[in-house]
Amino acid sequence: MNEENKTEEKKPETAEKPQDNAQAKGLLKKEREFVIPGDKIVDTMDYLPGRNCFRKGDSVFATKIGLVGVNGRVVSVIPLNESYIPKAGDMVIGEVVDIQNNGWVVDIKSADTAYLPLSGIREFIDVSKTDLSNYYDIGDAIYAKISLATDNSTQLTMDDSRARKFKDGRILTINPAKVPRIIGKKGSMISIIKSQTGCRISVGQNGLIWIEGGDEELAIKAIGMVEKNSYLEGLTEKVSELLGYKPGEQPAEQAERSKEENVDG
Amino acid sequence: MAREDGRKADDLRPLVVKAGVIPNANGSAYVSLGKTTAVAAVYGPRPMHPKHMQVSDRAYLKTVYNMVPFSTKERVRPGPSRRSKEICKVTRQALEPAIFLDKFPKTRIDVYIDIIQANAGTRTAGINAASVALADAGIPMRGLIASVAAGKIGDEYTLDLAGKEEEATDCDLPIAYMPEEEKITLMQLDGDISPEDTKNVVKLAIEGCKKIYAAQRKALEDRWVPEVKK
Amino acid sequence: MMIIQKNHIRGLASAGKRMDGRKEDDFREIKIETGVIENAEGSAKVSVGKTEIIAGVKMNIGEPFPDRPDEGILMTGAEFSPLASFEFETGPPSEDAIELARVVDRGIRESHMIDNKKLCIAEGEKVWMVFVDIHILNHDGNLLDCAALAAAAALGHAKFPKYDGEKIEFGEKTDKGLPITCKPIAVTLTKVGEKLLTDATFEEEGASDVKLTVTTKDDGNICAIQKSGSGPLAFSEIEKAFEISVRKGKELRKLLE
Repeated sequence: MNEENKTEEKKPETAEKPQDNAQAKGLLKKEREFVIPGDKIVDTMDYLPGRNCFRKGDSVFATKIGLVGVNGRVVSVIPLNESYIPKAGDMVIGEVVDIQNNGWVVDIKSADTAYLPLSGIREFIDVSKTDLSNYYDIGDAIYAKISLATDNSTQLTMDDSRARKFKDGRILTINPAKVPRIIGKKGSMISIIKSQTGCRISVGQNGLIWIEGGDEELAIKAIGMVEKNSYLEGLTEKVSELLGYKPGEQPAEQAERSKEENVDG
Repeated sequence: MAREDGRKADDLRPLVVKAGVIPNANGSAYVSLGKTTAVAAVYGPRPMHPKHMQVSDRAYLKTVYNMVPFSTKERVRPGPSRRSKEICKVTRQALEPAIFLDKFPKTRIDVYIDIIQANAGTRTAGINAASVALADAGIPMRGLIASVAAGKIGDEYTLDLAGKEEEATDCDLPIAYMPEEEKITLMQLDGDISPEDTKNVVKLAIEGCKKIYAAQRKALEDRWVPEVKK
Repeated sequence: MMIIQKNHIRGLASAGKRMDGRKEDDFREIKIETGVIENAEGSAKVSVGKTEIIAGVKMNIGEPFPDRPDEGILMTGAEFSPLASFEFETGPPSEDAIELARVVDRGIRESHMIDNKKLCIAEGEKVWMVFVDIHILNHDGNLLDCAALAAAAALGHAKFPKYDGEKIEFGEKTDKGLPITCKPIAVTLTKVGEKLLTDATFEEEGASDVKLTVTTKDDGNICAIQKSGSGPLAFSEIEKAFEISVRKGKELRKLLE
């Protein structure tokens, strides 16, 4: 039934060069053109369906509203709106909603709740002597890594240098499809926001963002600007302007902070 | 033959489609066709409770069609009726073929449709809004679904029946249609009409769906393209 | 709701601040649009920030209650459509929906907003019945004030349908409005930390365990009160709530003119 191909967007960059694209025929849409579900992007076998695309016959169609992406011979749709789908290795922000015998149930704002088992904690806990709520209590906000994501279960681990429990600060919720834009290329966007506002910020791939200290209001404004204008040309300049950041200037503390909290997970 | 509101036989009523009208929802849409107004909101995919209702290989699509008490000339009692339950079912089955439900096993996707004002064609307006809301929510789909009813008044095949036309027509035949796939996903009829005429009524309804589809696409563009363009 | 989020909202409140930069007693932007549903005798769509509600008024003719043979009948209902929030589920009206409808109803009834005697057609036999239905479209907190405002706007705008003494011609309105005597306005104070916030958002309500709704009339008298939530209130807080409700009520009433 399901022809949708799960080919990832990231293909080896070596083989396919722009001139190679010129030979491939059948691309009906321009790169970054807006498409809706059912729009035909390609009508030949020269291209493979990537993320958010499916093949039917010789053609490739979009499954989501988004922008066409072309990477070598792979076409994909960069989504404009999305619910979070857990992926192993993602850092997410979640709320502890239940404590069971052998771990914690965590709401990560996705289609299923996640489970943090005792094995996901770095230290040994003797459940016969310890109340698990001493570690994470109901209502606690945690930054955790997804260790396993299948159709049957989503599991978390705290065994990552970035993982921790948040003790203060605030949580902002954004459209998960916009998370890559908030982070920016190699963390460039979030670095500018952090350095110019003095805030500590952790971004969850599930669209939850933790902010603490510094000029929180300015940071929220900047994040809002990126979320609303994700694909606007010159976005980095606009955000820089809002934050009073001059490009070329080495952002203070940037190097140190990005070491401390690598959010480009 | 002139129609009550001066339309030609193959004209739709004035059509407005908007996407992204309910901030809380993952996706939403507003559709008005003449005086019939539907709002749809999509929540999910989200956890399916109770667990025994989970479908192991795909998402459970829940559709709720609800007429607001003040939507009709005579107040309707709130709550489900036999009529609204049937509409929930045919709406769900009209939408299901368009959605990659197998992407989200064991979850549920909720589609809520409120009829804010009713003047014929509420189920089709609801399906039109629901389809845009699903796409707006970023739910993976094969394509949009457009929906409209047609009939035959006197000698004329007539599109998008409204008001007293529902009584004058030989049949009331709503369809839902996937313009990209050229497939029908909802079909009902009540009336008294020959098979030959019925075929022509279906053909007219398909033409109507194509017009609606254009407005649905435009609504999604209006909602999302400003975020893309300069 | 995450504990840090609650603590953050409470911390801001104690410093006299709010998440969206408002002052303690500020309302969000209010928009009122009347006559949005042609099929209804009266209707209004009201938004307060991102909270959006439609109220519709339908009229019919029925028998009066035996203990009030010369008075019309007013009925207020509310539906929390699951369309409006991830929190709302399908099914019969929840406790919260019924409470909201009843508090809005009390405001209208006890203020004598509608002169019920003028709704009598034949004593003991026939009176006008007025149904106010409240429909939530998007829930971002303070549903009650928004619903009361929508109900008052819809009633204020409603026109009787055509009636020939035998039956009603639904859909054909006359230009005669309801006998309106005043405009009750509900103002809800939500206690966050030690502060009373006006027009709380969904998140602020999540950080609160008690609120007080005070409905006032044009003359500044109180016509309905509802304490809601499991937290307690001190007398001094109630006094303060009265002062704010009267003051804010006057401001909101102007929006209905």
